[in-house]
Amino acid sequence: MKLEYTPEQDAFRAEVRAWMEANVPSGPLPSFDLTREGFEAHRDWERKLSEGRWGMVTWPEAYGGRALDLIRWLIFEEEYYRAKAPTRVNQNGIFLLGPTMMEFGTEDQKARFLPRMAAGDDIWAQAWSEPGAGSDLAGVRATATRDGDHYILNGQKTWSSRAVFADWAFGLFREPGSERHKGMSLILFPLDAPGVTRRPIQRMDGKMVFAELFLDNVRVPVADRLGDEGQGWHVCMATAGFERGLMLRSPARYQVAASNLLTLYENNKNSLPASVAERVAQSWMDADAYALSIYSTASRLTAGGSIGPESSTNKIFWSEMDIALHQTALDILGDRAELAPPDLGTTAVDWLEDYIFALAGPIYAGSNEIQRNIIAERMLGLPRA
Amino acid sequence: MQFAFDEDQLAMTDAARVMLVETCTPADLRHLLERNEAWDEARWNAIRDMGLVAMLAPEDAGGLELAPVDLVGIAEAAGYVGLPEPLVEQAGIVVPLLASLADDRGWIERVIRGEVVAVGHPANPFVADADTAGAFILPHGAELHLVEREQVSLTLRHSVDTFRRLFTVDWSPSPETMVGSDWGQTADRGALFTAAQLIGLGQRAIDLAVAYAKDRTQFGKPIGSYQAVKHLIASAQVKIEFARPVVHAAAAELPLDTFASRARVAHAKIAAGDAADLATRTAVQVYGAMGMTREADVHFFLKRTLALRYAWGTAFDHRATVIERLNTRPTGPDMTFASRVPA
Repeated sequence: MKLEYTPEQDAFRAEVRAWMEANVPSGPLPSFDLTREGFEAHRDWERKLSEGRWGMVTWPEAYGGRALDLIRWLIFEEEYYRAKAPTRVNQNGIFLLGPTMMEFGTEDQKARFLPRMAAGDDIWAQAWSEPGAGSDLAGVRATATRDGDHYILNGQKTWSSRAVFADWAFGLFREPGSERHKGMSLILFPLDAPGVTRRPIQRMDGKMVFAELFLDNVRVPVADRLGDEGQGWHVCMATAGFERGLMLRSPARYQVAASNLLTLYENNKNSLPASVAERVAQSWMDADAYALSIYSTASRLTAGGSIGPESSTNKIFWSEMDIALHQTALDILGDRAELAPPDLGTTAVDWLEDYIFALAGPIYAGSNEIQRNIIAERMLGLPRA
Repeated sequence: MQFAFDEDQLAMTDAARVMLVETCTPADLRHLLERNEAWDEARWNAIRDMGLVAMLAPEDAGGLELAPVDLVGIAEAAGYVGLPEPLVEQAGIVVPLLASLADDRGWIERVIRGEVVAVGHPANPFVADADTAGAFILPHGAELHLVEREQVSLTLRHSVDTFRRLFTVDWSPSPETMVGSDWGQTADRGALFTAAQLIGLGQRAIDLAVAYAKDRTQFGKPIGSYQAVKHLIASAQVKIEFARPVVHAAAAELPLDTFASRARVAHAKIAAGDAADLATRTAVQVYGAMGMTREADVHFFLKRTLALRYAWGTAFDHRATVIERLNTRPTGPDMTFASRVPA
């Protein structure tokens, strides 16, 4: 066990830090969930990242990456968040679809999609959930009917994040008449294809984080199916593993939030009881515990291990930690907590918005109730109901 | 950067764990309890023969001169079995303390051979293992005194955990008994290895709860098939999962002896104590009324957890250390490891 960075890792950190200092926009970009302009500003940032070959650092060089190991990925993420670089508009693509495609995609698919994904040329939305299929994803009803070398897609998708402005989506579709986990395929489709209608869904803060997608006889080449026909469930579960576990949630995100919370407390502590320091310290400890756990998992994976149902513990931990941290911030703000910008004044952190986002943590990426079932059944061996 | 145990560490820990699990079953604990004893000579000999007590001792004293991180998994295993004998205390706390003295008066070798030295650190007014000790290290102001058994008188203080033999110690300091004036990292080692035991205790409570929930039926089904029970146990497991790496990091970073490494130990003690508390209380809940009895095994682990949460510094003490670290040292994603934080 060696909890010190190597000189090479330190040098890598310095390289990332220098690039971020020279390139990260000085102020926050406009939201990518409100206007096309905001969305395109983020696409420009993805392109700039890609020019520096920082688009997806763990990917093979052939697809625009740097083939870095997970420890260097963590260092990259630490510097990314430390520099307050913009949230990745393409996270559905680079963190979920990308790794899945690396595992299940054909050479042709990898060459066609991955470099454009890393470069921000294609921004991806996910199209998994349906009105009748959330946690019970096997209840998907949307169909893919084979027609020679094409599929005809029909049905309705919902909670498709980024789908309001994104270029492409990936979704689960079933062979007509098939049931449950059988007969499903993971299919990639352009969101501007004839027959696709998008209806933005406003989140409670007014942002169009999600869209409903209505698919009416959308024609897609069979070559745009990821994985084997009828094997969509298997492919999709691999993606869910990436989503719940290591890949989606960098520890750095919470460590930065904890540092911001410390600053907020520091600036307000004269009007607060000393006991508040304990809650602030708890948030910092939790963020550091999460980072240590991810480093330990990364070390294990780098040595050839694999991630199993313990990724469900990650998901529960970060989602609950995130809510507690932001709740503490709102408690510190006190009677100002309910104020939305611009009435809150110019603060570096919009605690209210981040709190509202944190509330979704236990819901998305597999609800925490489902994660607890996974821990109980697959990790601890308790019987199924 | 490598946050994983190496093969030697895993092999040694596995061997120790297997021995402890085989020789210290709940049935073994019950036999001791019936005899009102807290010591099994055969088990202690097995522990000693394996060289576990000597792990952190200097080579010239016959030790292996290993680091705290080499012992942390074994301390976890000792917690897992609810070990009554003071392996963790002797190997993790007493031996390094004796090694830090200018003159240990021959006690390191005697401890490695199986004798016991009890420590009266100011953090713990009640001295554990005093009735089996051949000598004591006791505080007098800032001074440390090494006192032989016949120079003290002991008064038993009953712990909730009958395997924890606590005593108040009456003694008189003299120039002859004084051996030092610096506890060094003793308090950190005490908190660290106690935290490691708490992780083991918590995991054992969960494993007991899982086994019981598979076996016990209500309304015609095992209670472990009910989501309400599953979620209780899963929540406790999450808490353990995110305390364990903190304890392991604290062990690896302890030799740095910086403020950040001390704060990590404090964090480890808080996190492990909270996790073991939730896990043992959850186990009692899963056992239902049986969990409140001495007939179910869970009480051994609940009571040890109760005791160890308050040994080597309370959560209040350790939180104060963490808060001071936050007030005086930088935080952020590039400051995860104590080696990065300014001393």
